[in-house]
Amino acid sequence: MENNIAIKELILKMADDALIIGHRNSEWTGIGPVLEEDIAFSSMSQDKIGHAWALYMILQEPFGDIDADTKAFNRTEKEFTCCHLVEYPIGEYDFSIMRHFLMDKAEYHRYDLLTQSSFLPLQHLSKKVKGEIKYHVMHAETWVEQLAKGNEESKARIQSALDYAYPIALSIFEKSDNEEFLKNENIFGGEEALFNLWHEDVKKHIEHYGLKMPSVTDMNKHYGGRKGYHTEHLAPLLKEMTEVFALDPKAEW
Amino acid sequence: MKDKSLDPRINRLDMQHVENGVLPTNTHWVTYEVFHQDKRGKQPIHVGVVHAASPELALMFAKEQYARRKATANLWVVKSSDVYTYSPADEDIFETTPEKTFREPGFYKVRDRIEAYKNKI
Repeated sequence: MENNIAIKELILKMADDALIIGHRNSEWTGIGPVLEEDIAFSSMSQDKIGHAWALYMILQEPFGDIDADTKAFNRTEKEFTCCHLVEYPIGEYDFSIMRHFLMDKAEYHRYDLLTQSSFLPLQHLSKKVKGEIKYHVMHAETWVEQLAKGNEESKARIQSALDYAYPIALSIFEKSDNEEFLKNENIFGGEEALFNLWHEDVKKHIEHYGLKMPSVTDMNKHYGGRKGYHTEHLAPLLKEMTEVFALDPKAEW
Repeated sequence: MKDKSLDPRINRLDMQHVENGVLPTNTHWVTYEVFHQDKRGKQPIHVGVVHAASPELALMFAKEQYARRKATANLWVVKSSDVYTYSPADEDIFETTPEKTFREPGFYKVRDRIEAYKNKI
C-alpha cells in the first residue's frame, strides 16, 4: 500500500528520535551530577530505548520491515530520520536538562495526539507509554523550575541553555511531504498542530518559572534530519553505538 | 593533588577539597526519608532516603529509586530533619522487666475463676 509510506515515515522518525536521545542521555550514566539523578536519568534513557524498540517492532510486524536490532544498529547515517536536537552532544548538565524538557514535552503531546489515532498499533502504544512520558515531563519540569528559581547563576545558566536549545528544538517539527494523508485518515494531526500544542505548553511553563522565551525568526534553520541530512554529531554517535553489534551482526543475544 | 580516579563516582565527590583538610560547604543537599505505599489504603512503609534540593525533586528521585521495580500506588517524602526521634543512648527505656506479667493478657486466667465461682453457687 503506497500510503503506508506516510505511516512508516512517522513511526521511523519517532523511533529514531527515541533511540538517539536514549543513547545520548545514557552517556550521563556514572557521571550524573548526583547519584539519585544519575539513576533517574539513566532509567529514563532506558525507557527511551524501550519506546524505540516498540516502534521498530510496529515497522516489523504489520509492515514486514527488518528486525528491530538490525534496524537500530545496521543502517547508514543517511537512513536515520531523527531530528537535529537529539544528535547534539550532552554538553553541560544545563543543556541536557533543557533538551530533556523541550524534547519530552514534544513527545508527550505527540503521544497524546496518537491516543486518538485511527492506526491502532500507534494508538495502543501511546496509551501504554503515557505514564512513562508523563514522569519524564514531570522530572524535566521539576529540574527547570528548580534551576530557574535557584540562584542567579543557575537562573542565568538555564536561561542560556534555553536560548541555545530552543531554535534547535524546532527541528522536531520539520514537516513531511506525506503528512496530508495522516491528517485525512485521522492517523496523526501533523507537525504544525503538534508544534502549536508544544509551543503553548513550553511558553506557559517558561514564563511561570520567570524565564524568557527566545524569539526565533528562522523556523527552518535546523531542518534536514527528517530527510536524512544530519549534524556532524550523528556519525560519531552511530559509530560508537553500533561498535559491539558490528563485531558480529548475526550473533544471538 | 592525587591523580583523578578512573571511577567517575569518586571524581564526583570532589575529594581533593576533603583531602586538603577543607570540607566543602553548601555543596550537599539535605536528605529526605522515603515512604512507599504499594496499594491505595495501605500504610506507607519507610524504605530509605534520597538527597534532593527540594521536596519536589525528592519525589522525582524517590520514584526511580524505590518504585521502579515494584508495584506502587504512591510515595511520601519527609525531610529527615523533620523526623523526631529518641537518642540511641535511651534505647533502654523500651526494655520491659520480666516480672510485669500482669501487663500481658496471658496473666489473667479468667476462665478458671469463672468456673470456680460457678461451682460455689
